[in-house]
Order: sequence, then C-alpha cells, then structure tokens
Amino acid sequence: MAQPVPAPASQPGEPLVVLDHVDKHFGALHVLQDVNLTVRRGEVVVVIGPSGSGKSTLCRTINRLETIDSGSITLDGVPLPAEGKALARLRADVGMVFQSFNLFAHRTVLDNVTLGLRKVRRIPGGQAKERAMALLERVGVSSQAAKLPAQLSGGQQQRVAIARALAMEPKVMLFDEPTSALDPEMINEVLDVMTALAGEGMTMVVVTHEMGFARRAADRVVFMDGGRIVEEADPETFFTAPRSERARDFLSKILTH
Amino acid sequence: MDLLADNLPAYLSGFLFTLRLTVISGAIALVVGTVLAAMRVSPVATLRGLAVTYVELLRNTPLTLVFFFLVFVAPQFGVRTPLGFWTAVIALSAYTSAFVCEAVRSGINGVPVGQAEAARAVGLTFGQTLSLVVLPQAVRSVIPPLINVLIALAKNTSVAAGFASVELLASGRRIALANPSDAMLALAGVALFYLVITIPAGLLAGVLERKVAFAR
Repeated sequence: MAQPVPAPASQPGEPLVVLDHVDKHFGALHVLQDVNLTVRRGEVVVVIGPSGSGKSTLCRTINRLETIDSGSITLDGVPLPAEGKALARLRADVGMVFQSFNLFAHRTVLDNVTLGLRKVRRIPGGQAKERAMALLERVGVSSQAAKLPAQLSGGQQQRVAIARALAMEPKVMLFDEPTSALDPEMINEVLDVMTALAGEGMTMVVVTHEMGFARRAADRVVFMDGGRIVEEADPETFFTAPRSERARDFLSKILTH
Repeated sequence: MDLLADNLPAYLSGFLFTLRLTVISGAIALVVGTVLAAMRVSPVATLRGLAVTYVELLRNTPLTLVFFFLVFVAPQFGVRTPLGFWTAVIALSAYTSAFVCEAVRSGINGVPVGQAEAARAVGLTFGQTLSLVVLPQAVRSVIPPLINVLIALAKNTSVAAGFASVELLASGRRIALANPSDAMLALAGVALFYLVITIPAGLLAGVLERKVAFAR
C-alpha cells in the first residue's frame, strides 16, 4: 500500500476548529446539547436551523463571546483560553461578522479596518492604511473610506465589517447571520463577497438562512434543532435527500415558496 | 452700583480663586470619575466593589461633611492636608468624581453591547475595548449631564468659604459686612460672578455636543 502523501498546510484536511461534547445553558434553557463539530482547514461549514436552535450561540462560542458549561473547544490544536491577553490574542486569529454589523460608530470606515492592525498587530499607521485600503477595494467600498458607518448602506457596512475581520488575517471567519438585518436588494452584494472568500480557500463557519448560499458555497451543511446537531451532510445530499424528519420539515417550510 | 465698582479688586480676587478651584477640581474629577466608571464595569469584582463603595459613600455625604472630615477628622489620624486651596480641591474633586462616575457609567450602559463585542472579536483587550471604543462613545453621549455636574461643582466651591478659603462667596460676605446697608447688592454681585462661570459652561456644552455628535 502506498504511503499517503502529507497534505500541504493550505489544503483542506487537518482539523482547525474542534468542538467536543460542548454543553451550554441559558438559565433553564439547554441551548447547546452535547455538540460535536470539526471544521477542517479550508472548509466552508454552513449552519442552518430554526430560530432558537442554538446556531448563533454555537458560532459565538468559537471565539468565546459565549462561554460554555462543559466540553472543550480547540482552535488549531489549542484550547480556548479562559480570559485575559491570551484570549484577546486568540480572538485576533478568528474573524467575526455580526448580524448587526457592529462597526465602531464613532470611527471612519478606514479607522474601523486599521484599528485592529495598529492596536493588536502593532503595524505602523501608513502600512495599516495601505492594507486596509486594499481590503476595502476588494469588498468594493474603498470610495467610502473617509465616511462614518452611519453614512453607509447596510450592505456597505457589512462589507466593511468583513474587511475589518479579514485585515487581521484570521485562520477562520465566523459569520453570525450576516445578511439577516439587510434589505433584500443588499443581500447579494454581501453574499458575493462571502462566496469569493470561500472560493479563495478561507475556512468559514456561516450561520445563515440563505439556502442559495449554502448550496453554492458550502462544503458541508450542519442542521441544528433544539440545541443539537441533528444532521450533517454535503449540501447536495442535505437539500435533496435529508435523512432526518426535522430537517425535512424545516426544508419544506422554507423551500415551498 | 458704586459698591460693586469700588470693590471690584476684592470681587475679582475671589472670582479668580473660585475659577481656579472649579477648573482644577473639575479636571481632577473628570479623570478620577472616568477611572471609577471603568472600575465599575470591569470584570474584576474587587475593583467593582471598591468603586461602588467610594461612589455611594461620597455622593450620599453632604459636601460640608467631606470638608469637615478633611479639615478636622483626618488630622487626628495623622493625615494633614494643606489648608485652604488644596484642601478645597481635594474635597471638591473627591465629591464631584462620584457624580462624574455615575454620568459616565450611564453613558457606558448606553453604548450598544455589539460595539464591545466587535472590539473584543478583533482582539482588543478589555482596557483597549474600553478606552478606544466604548468610552469615546459613552463620554460623547453624556456631555449635557457632565456639564450639569461641573456647573454644580462651580457653585459647590462656595462651601470652601467656610474652610479658610477666600473665594467668591467669602469675598462677597466681607464686602457685605463692611457695607451692611448695601448687603443685598453685595451678594447680588456674588451671584453675578457665578453666572460668569456657569452660563458659558452651558453654552460650551451645546457647542461640544454639536461638535462631537455622530449618528448610529
């Protein structure tokens, strides 16, 4: 038998984010129940499920914006630190895009992108600005660099938020319902940026209701309900032949119109 | 009116004393109050406890008692504060910082939680999140109540008159005692000079508010 050729680091394969028997309660609500999930390098995992199924919470535990009650989460082989500087360093390696954009409201678009570069990565101002402008160019909002976030449309704000996260050169990008707060005509401009990112080999965990994006860009779909991962499959299998009753029920409700 | 003109040097010296008290105590109170507010929202329980204790103690004590404590009680425990101006500065800034803290804290609570989450997600530490993202937004939203606190401070400096400081009120009282028939006028002069501080402060608040405004 031939020896397997070791895969180069850029190729999908080695586990990057590993959730092992993760449990979490919000008071009496058991919001994550024995969740096991492995995201491999270069993989795009789309998490879907009904409201309150725990999918956003799952996403937020990966950079410890939510703590967990038991189980473990490792990133690139390292368990998430509890608090302090070590946790801040880890978060710098995990990009996060929020439903409500959360751009720093008092800083310009450019400052939003350079802040982390200057204060966390300690990159000098000029260099940080250059990198930020290149990223803003890439997501198509470089002409808005001098404006404050509130002067931009929702779609533009979310693309700036993606640029802000990418600036840190993260190992993995988390998207927590990135298009749920957008007007319909702005959803695609954000999804296009995300699809391009997926095509470039970025490791992504995407919580979304956009089934078209899941079909187009996901390597794997994770279906959650009631705090559990009910089903995991490649998008083709999941959307055409879901195994579980609950996934069939969910899909029938959202795909009928 | 001759009374005011004749005693202008005395009024002016009292006014300048009051102005110095207000500006220096105000500056110290703004810094200490902001630090206290940061302590009150910090993840460290000990810091939160210290700040809460300080704020509740100082803001619920009459200012006169704070002066009494510094001037008469503290020396019995070996703490001697220099009399006059600096005693007044310590008492006034200690007292006012408790109110600054609460104003700033209400501003911090008004900053959407997503702002701090985004800052932490970028990798900023707690201190950086507070100083670079949360406090700049918090302070801008509480300029009117902060100016209220500073206007109250300007008037509270009159308590120092009872503790060996010849500020505006003490000057006016001397003038009134020397001219008993015109006492009302002498005290009206005092009120007038306070307005010279407090009215511009109110105008400054309006200008500042427009200047640092940003939309959400």
